[in-house]
Amino acid sequence: MDNNILLKIDEITKFFGEHKVLNKASLTVEKGEIVVVLGPSGCGKSTLLRCINGLEDIQGGSISLDGNVITQKDTRWTEIRQKIGMVFQSYDLFPHMTVLQNILLAPLRVQHRKKQDIKEDALKLLERVGLLDKKASYPSELSGGQRQRVAIVRALIMNPEIMLFDEVTAALDPEMVHEVLDVMLDLAKAGMTMVIVTHEMQFAKAIADKIVFMDNGEIVEISKPDIFFNNPQTERSQRFLNKFNYTEKR
Amino acid sequence: MVDYIKSFDIDFIKQHIPQYVDAAWLTLRIAFIGIALSLIIGLFCSLILHFKVPVIRHIVKGYIELSRNTPLLVQLFFLYFGLPKIGILLDSEHCAYIGLSFLGGSYMAESFRSGIEAIGKIQTESALSLGLSRFQVMLYIVLPQAFSVSLPSLCANVIFLIKETSVFSVVALADLMYVAKDLIGLYYNTDEALLMLVIAYIIILLPISIIAGILEKRLRHG
Repeated sequence: MDNNILLKIDEITKFFGEHKVLNKASLTVEKGEIVVVLGPSGCGKSTLLRCINGLEDIQGGSISLDGNVITQKDTRWTEIRQKIGMVFQSYDLFPHMTVLQNILLAPLRVQHRKKQDIKEDALKLLERVGLLDKKASYPSELSGGQRQRVAIVRALIMNPEIMLFDEVTAALDPEMVHEVLDVMLDLAKAGMTMVIVTHEMQFAKAIADKIVFMDNGEIVEISKPDIFFNNPQTERSQRFLNKFNYTEKR
Repeated sequence: MVDYIKSFDIDFIKQHIPQYVDAAWLTLRIAFIGIALSLIIGLFCSLILHFKVPVIRHIVKGYIELSRNTPLLVQLFFLYFGLPKIGILLDSEHCAYIGLSFLGGSYMAESFRSGIEAIGKIQTESALSLGLSRFQVMLYIVLPQAFSVSLPSLCANVIFLIKETSVFSVVALADLMYVAKDLIGLYYNTDEALLMLVIAYIIILLPISIIAGILEKRLRHG
């Protein structure tokens, strides 16, 4: 086995009632690798992410993190989830807490770290995303882009091994998309392992080490970005890219 | 009108104020304890319903239906006159505590439940994905938000329950209503007795309404 493999998704299958949303999906993510998942809406990309941190249960297959299978009945998700940071599409900050309280909650209550230490970390991270002056603000006082940057910091402070991004810019006004994507690019440079679900094609092309194309609950193609965008290997990915008008002619 | 007001027996009113004050304290004590118990019962029941605890949740549902769909008067008769038949003797004050919290518990449960349901699933999911346990998610994320959503209806319940205490005179508890009825029976000073009764309830309830209003405003952010 390759020691570099951080996350291994092995033929997972997921049903919503009768409807099969994931069909034997397999994917490996290496340490430091940036995987971007593309595909039409409803193809199962968000569900795939949600299965990784146990927000959805699976009916077949397995997922391992660091070589340990995490999709078992007795999985202690509160421990696993500390290693998996997740940022959602909708603004999910806790509205009754300030930015700093939002960030400190989990390190204090879950990891039981010293408040002084994590506060320093939190302020450093806030500075890194350009929001140090917002530390005492409530989420309702922030723009959508600022909220998503705080949500990223809130996940980062747990020192996760991998970050999952579920269409984090989809609900943003166009002028705010950049500030969030910049933070993600910055993370990528720092070597963070990431799985990103997005509709931002340019961004996907720029950041990805590996593109995963999904359709109808299946992983149809896994390619390097330049191959995927210039010379898609399957008819379905070709059709998808045509819709986005993104097959570049050389 | 002026003549009517002049006809009020001021000395009678002055003479009996202390009785009303005592009764008001008793009413307040019963209301306070009854409402505190109602809040605890309500919170527990709403959590059991929210987490869909097997078996117990059906008992809770049954309790809520029973409590909301029977008059407090009937519940009190059951406690005061019915239970002694099976050997359980309760004095009037304990009847009042139990009766009020039995009634209030279901109303508070419904208020808490609607508050908890108003908090979006995404809040729970993002808290879970940070590694918080279900209990911590409830404690730190859902309940504080649910509480401010529920606050108006919780306050309405508090005022409703204080008013319901007027029923306790039927189980021989010397509350405000009891004192008024007693004075009317003894002296026939109906107008004075009722006037003092109304004033006593207003003195108790008006500040509570005002405090509730201020609380609602302060707890609302975001």
